[in-house]
Amino acid sequence: MTLAAQDLGFGYPGHSVGTNVSVTVVPGQALALLGPNGGGKTTLLKTMLGLLRPHAGVVSLDGQPMANMPVGERARRIGYVPQAHAGAFAFAVRDVVLMGRTAHQGLFASPTPADRTIVEARLAELGIAHLAGKPYTMISGGERQLVLIARALAQEPRYVVLDEPTASLDFGNQGKVMRQIRSLTAKGLGVLFTTHDPNQAMGYADRVALLGGGRLLANGVPADVLNVAALSALYGSTVRAVCQHELTVFLPD
Amino acid sequence: MTGRFGAIGGITIGLGLLLPGVAVAFSVGRFPISVSELGLALWSTLIGQPSGLPPAVDAVIFNIRGPRVLAAILCGAALAVAGAAFQGLFRNPLVSPDILGASSGAALGAMTGIFFSLGVLAIQALAFGGGLVAVALVYLIGSSIRSGDIALVLVLTGVVIGSLLGAGVGLLKYLADPYNQLPAMTFWLLGSLAGTDRNDLLPLFGPIAVGTVVLLALRWRMNVMSLPEEEARALGVATGPLRLAIVAAATLVTSASVAAAGIIGWVGLIVPHMARFLVGPEFGRLVPTAALLGGGYLLLIDTLARSAAQVEIPLGILTAVIGTPVFIWLLVSARKSWS
Repeated sequence: MTLAAQDLGFGYPGHSVGTNVSVTVVPGQALALLGPNGGGKTTLLKTMLGLLRPHAGVVSLDGQPMANMPVGERARRIGYVPQAHAGAFAFAVRDVVLMGRTAHQGLFASPTPADRTIVEARLAELGIAHLAGKPYTMISGGERQLVLIARALAQEPRYVVLDEPTASLDFGNQGKVMRQIRSLTAKGLGVLFTTHDPNQAMGYADRVALLGGGRLLANGVPADVLNVAALSALYGSTVRAVCQHELTVFLPD
Repeated sequence: MTGRFGAIGGITIGLGLLLPGVAVAFSVGRFPISVSELGLALWSTLIGQPSGLPPAVDAVIFNIRGPRVLAAILCGAALAVAGAAFQGLFRNPLVSPDILGASSGAALGAMTGIFFSLGVLAIQALAFGGGLVAVALVYLIGSSIRSGDIALVLVLTGVVIGSLLGAGVGLLKYLADPYNQLPAMTFWLLGSLAGTDRNDLLPLFGPIAVGTVVLLALRWRMNVMSLPEEEARALGVATGPLRLAIVAAATLVTSASVAAAGIIGWVGLIVPHMARFLVGPEFGRLVPTAALLGGGYLLLIDTLARSAAQVEIPLGILTAVIGTPVFIWLLVSARKSWS
């Protein structure tokens, strides 16, 4: 039971971004993909979601190759949390989360009362039940990110994949969102998230994969993988580490 | 805003505007029909008894004004529903139902028919077919270009093909007989329901009903399709086939309307905004509300068109004169209703 990339070559049609990457997402654990912007994190993420075709190697989902899996089947197993965006239309937050139920419905169906119950439960779980009736376009960036996480959970997936979940959030919201993501693993979900902040990988991930220039530079538990030498090489710039009370914080020099 | 009213509220408001509109439309004209006469005539037909009304009244209701009123409602509803569908599909509240070239294709078809002095039915058939062929062409070209956002590529292809077809229309107008053909062409291009009779209703109703039923059936998937492509796929929607189905349904509806009434701008652009303002963007609520508002709106415009002046005013001119200020008002004050 894993979401795994094996010897993966990935990129866009006619344009290769990365080669030879193997990573595994295990239920109950969080894997951080850490690397500089342009290092291939998002492209790898989209390939593991089945949104881009692998150039080489395979992505397998619970032992089956994902390439042949129907799109609905995939959506019932993997929830995707994109970077929060404003959206073109002012759907109610409740309706946005209900869209997470789509893969469980027939082509011509609308949400059932059971779907609505699931949605209200997810909203409550993430502490955003009070937003249910508000327009998605009128809430804050941090709230939007939580709504998108609720939508992914409404898919009732086994894995949740998040693209830079805190990229556009202020300091307080970053912590709030990351704690929620961390709590997903306690529910037995496999979590994969990208970040360019080594401290997030250190603080919230069980394993971390360093991705630079489209290649996997290291892959292991944060305490082993994250050090000044590795991070300086990854970002091509000196990184300092500050240690206090058994807590290591990395700072750009 | 996610809308002030629910589905029932939207339908109630839509009917509340449409039904008085029907009464007004029948009572305005050279031969006014009162609501009681209309009611009596309809009821008698329903129960199969003679109404006792003068034959002229029956003729006006069933052969002249009635078909025109129904055609105005159908065309307005069609344009509004197609506009709502395309705006959702292209995630852009500024697109019209003819964004993929339906109107330009229909125009070229109709101009060809007028140029060769074909009959009314042939001109309508050419317009309908022209719209479908143009959109199919845009779709084929657009979806074979594998770069960037498919929605954007389709819209750009639609603009390009549309302007090519527009050049064809220009050429036919240039070559046309300036005394017989050119006025007919100009009149068609500005939109009119003046020649509508009973026989026009079935070819109008059939495609509009089929397309609208398909869009209504896909209402929940339509909501998901208004998300960015990759998100929709990650939520389990097979976006390729679904996009094709939505484009086909919306084009069917648009082409039927254009074939019957010529090119009527603005309705498909503005009415979905009004509907979204009332009931929010959720497609299951949006479609019925937009259909009723669009029907009522075009009926009002058509009533004005045949009664405001000594001659018939082309519909496209009235919708533009009314649509422009309404749209600017939407841009200025009601931005939140769609952004």
